[in-house]
Amino acid sequence: MVLSANDKTNVKGLFGKIGGAIEDLGGEALDRLFLAYPQTKTYFPHFDLHQGSAQIKAHGKKVAAALVEACNHIDDIAGALSKLSDLHAQKLRVDPVNFKLLGHCFLVVVAAHHPSLLTPEVHASLDKFLCAVGNVLTAKYR
Amino acid sequence: MVHWSAEEKRLIASLWSKVNVEECGAEALARLLIVYPWTQRFFDNFGNLSSPTTIIGNPRVRAHGKKVLTSFGEAVKNLDNTKKCFAQLSKLHCEKLHVDPENFRLLGDILIIVLAAHFGKDFAPACQSTRQKMVHVVAHALAHEYR
Repeated sequence: MVLSANDKTNVKGLFGKIGGAIEDLGGEALDRLFLAYPQTKTYFPHFDLHQGSAQIKAHGKKVAAALVEACNHIDDIAGALSKLSDLHAQKLRVDPVNFKLLGHCFLVVVAAHHPSLLTPEVHASLDKFLCAVGNVLTAKYR
Repeated sequence: MVHWSAEEKRLIASLWSKVNVEECGAEALARLLIVYPWTQRFFDNFGNLSSPTTIIGNPRVRAHGKKVLTSFGEAVKNLDNTKKCFAQLSKLHCEKLHVDPENFRLLGDILIIVLAAHFGKDFAPACQSTRQKMVHVVAHALAHEYR
């Protein structure tokens, strides 16, 4: 799966318009992930997982920052996220299925907060982008 | 509630009576850790898991594989009641062991491959199909108490 020139333009455009608000979207995506898919909580036994907790907000900012980094280096996501990829492969080892779940929740929050920005074309591009990020993060698993 | 036909129950019971639980269990768990190395995250205290050879020979992996498949055998005896049968184990895996239920699905598929390797032609398509249903039901029951 390859990101087309249009995909890249769409994703960069979307992230540009969302701006700094993306940090909160990260936190909300995690809230939704834990609620809709309670099995994902198993990776965070050390967190306060109440909706909107400080830890979830902080972690959401981290996740959002990584997505922004990937977007800013959209021609070389693997390079941009190389250290994160190592971390997930060697330490965190989150089962690959969960990246699809979080990607889905991120799409949901973007849709909820920025419905006019998430046209079908942008939706498709963002979905592909999130898939690509998930693939990079699990690329070194084996 | 899951519906099992008489033929499905017969196929499951017949195959299970021929399964060497200790061997198949050990092999299934070892293969899980080898094929999907990220699953080793739950077994950091099991000692040497550095290569397929050490994983296959690891006595703790073998013992735990036997334990897991013995437990699976309970499902064979309780096909009409798997959620109740696994309620406690489900809570344990969620609240104490913090195991992502995706791992139950992965292990179920590995088990089927191990059975195919052991039984060859006897592991006919109908047999596989019934076993797929069964591993799915067990995985679902084990995930049922997750909150």
